[in-house]
Amino acid sequence: MQKTNDELHWKRTTNLMLAHLFIWFFFGYIIHMFVNVLNQFTVPILKFPLGFYMAAQGSLIVFVVMLFVFAWQQDRIDRQHGVAEDD
Amino acid sequence: MATQGAAERATFVKGLGRLYGLYTGGFLAFIVALAIMEQVGVPNRVLGYFFVFFTLAVYGVIGVAMRTSQVSEYYVAGRVVPAFYNGMATGADWMSAASFVGMAGSLFLLGYDGIAWVLGWTGGFVLVSILVGPYLRKFGAYTVPDFMAFRFGGNFARFLAVVVLVCCSFTYVTAQIYGTGLIASRFLGMQFEIAVFAGLVGILLCAMLGGMKAVTWTQIAQYIVLIVAYLTPIVILSTQRYGIPIPEFTYGFAIAEITAREQQLVKDGLAVLCTKEACGPGTLRPHIQPFMNYTPLNYFGIIFCMMVGTASLPHILMRYFTTPSVREARVSVGWSLLFIFLLYFSAPAYAAFSKLEVYTNIIGSNVASLKPWLFTWGELGLIQICGKNAVNLDAAIAACKAIAGHPGVVRFQDFVINTDVIVLSTPEIAGLPYVISGLVAAGGLAAALSTADGLLLAIANALSHDIYYKMLDPNAPTVRRLTVARVLLFFVAVASAALAATRPSDILAMVGWAFSLAMAGNFPALVLGIWWKRTTTTAAILGMLAGWGICLFYLVTTRYFPQMGITYFGMTSLLNPETGKPLINIAQIMADPKWVDQWPALATNPLANRVGWFDLNNINCGLLGMPLGFLVMIVVSLMGKPPPMEMQALVDEIRKPRGKTVLEEK
Repeated sequence: MQKTNDELHWKRTTNLMLAHLFIWFFFGYIIHMFVNVLNQFTVPILKFPLGFYMAAQGSLIVFVVMLFVFAWQQDRIDRQHGVAEDD
Repeated sequence: MATQGAAERATFVKGLGRLYGLYTGGFLAFIVALAIMEQVGVPNRVLGYFFVFFTLAVYGVIGVAMRTSQVSEYYVAGRVVPAFYNGMATGADWMSAASFVGMAGSLFLLGYDGIAWVLGWTGGFVLVSILVGPYLRKFGAYTVPDFMAFRFGGNFARFLAVVVLVCCSFTYVTAQIYGTGLIASRFLGMQFEIAVFAGLVGILLCAMLGGMKAVTWTQIAQYIVLIVAYLTPIVILSTQRYGIPIPEFTYGFAIAEITAREQQLVKDGLAVLCTKEACGPGTLRPHIQPFMNYTPLNYFGIIFCMMVGTASLPHILMRYFTTPSVREARVSVGWSLLFIFLLYFSAPAYAAFSKLEVYTNIIGSNVASLKPWLFTWGELGLIQICGKNAVNLDAAIAACKAIAGHPGVVRFQDFVINTDVIVLSTPEIAGLPYVISGLVAAGGLAAALSTADGLLLAIANALSHDIYYKMLDPNAPTVRRLTVARVLLFFVAVASAALAATRPSDILAMVGWAFSLAMAGNFPALVLGIWWKRTTTTAAILGMLAGWGICLFYLVTTRYFPQMGITYFGMTSLLNPETGKPLINIAQIMADPKWVDQWPALATNPLANRVGWFDLNNINCGLLGMPLGFLVMIVVSLMGKPPPMEMQALVDEIRKPRGKTVLEEK
């Protein structure tokens, strides 16, 4: 059965949501489970233990960048399916 | 038409930029002027008054200038706030006294484990943006309970949502007013109770006349004050110590020095290391060593609960109702997190710099040579030396003499500092001029006031819009609705100030609890309401009740009725994260019912409860509530009939940014 435009739009939106949720989960949790392993490495120049650095700065930077990328991607999906607001 | 509107908007945004640019410049000039005044000998107390009253006056002027008699301006700032500025306002709304004053202190105390709070209080915005915020903006509500009522069959769901909202916001706002009292009493020398009510006046000036409109434009002004105040001391410290004015990059060196110093302290017999065999209070836990204060379960639990809580807290979600479009709501979440990030990625630097100062200048130095700034905090009961409040030098020396075999130099376990002191005292610890201390106080006040404004508005709006207008008197004219909103705001504010003046001991723990309660009560209903059309009214109501109920039950039982928890609900002692031994001896404790009173209760204290299920800290009760909420909602929904087609069509409407808002509020 042919999917309607709205259904396709929602399917792409859902996929985008899941992708970002995965990145969020990876940088919010999974990477910090290996903190002891990562701490054996040192961030060059800044001298932080890597595990500590990822929790104190690395993950936060990822979250900020993610949000702007998400806003841009979702807007592109909305525009391609003609459901975006007028500029 | 559209182009004319766009041109108007461009002028509006440009005007905003000029206005806030001027304001920032004026604020910096004001700091410089005060610095000069200090050099020519104006007393510290006067400088403190200048800082506090000048900034309060600015907020008050904005608040009064933005007064409004339009309902949509009062509730959602007329939906004209550009993404960038809404981001700034959200940043101020979000960063409370706990973030500004307490966060660095927690990191100081807990080291790596404290970062759970930093991660938890930032990552949640990802969930706000991808799961909830923009959809609520499209829906077009004035309050979060509006959405619940619309999606889940009317006033019962609305009422439940109001209960959840009031329950998590009220204690939160009380903590903010408590924070203003603490800062004002320290820097202005006012009595604590009077300082609390002085803070209250500041809050009411901002919020009462102009509602969301006034609060938005004030919060932007407050953000600028708080971020300048937070960054200035550590930028100076970083420049002094390493010659680079970017503390976030240089504190890696400080951490290396801390680690070296920790080993030295242990070697010199000035500290006892926490080990697998014994890890009692007063033992040294190395700064970068993970999972010594929280078990991995509780560490990740805090991150998860704070993140999901962020996406469920009404006072944050309602900030995204104020943007002109769904698109801007999304971009606005990005700006919010960027502005919040500026403070949060600096907090660990704060902690590292002050820890290094304490380890080098206090621990290991002679008791008789302690610096005088210590005792101004000791008088307030916030710094202890050798187990006694350090009210003055003689008291400290006497307290240490009383300990058998004390070497006469301050050992690690002799020095106890309240986490709230770290940020406020860092300028003094580092010997910076008083103008920096005054600036930090003004920043702390800005953080507490801006969050208090947002929370009070959320509570008062839920009561006036949802309870009064939607449930009691749907025909009320505009003038009466706004009057009711203002009167309720006033009474809620006075009630929380009255509670703060009694200095409730659990207040900081309650801020952590607010996130778990919001998460357990709101999150499943919000997410499923938007993402799963099949969710039925009965299911949502039962799910909210079940999730929120179990979370509240776990909190109250573990904190206030632990004996009942042990006897009837199979709760057991929590375990020490390092040694794995039980924290308390259940049999012995059951014989002595006074034990509850002896617990310290801080939001960040790993020991706010000592009994429970699955070794779970009660701050993480959302981990019980949210899954149960989801489970109940899904199971009950599948058992009942799907919601009517009209409702499903409306959910489709929420998912598409284009078109009118679903709910047309008057």
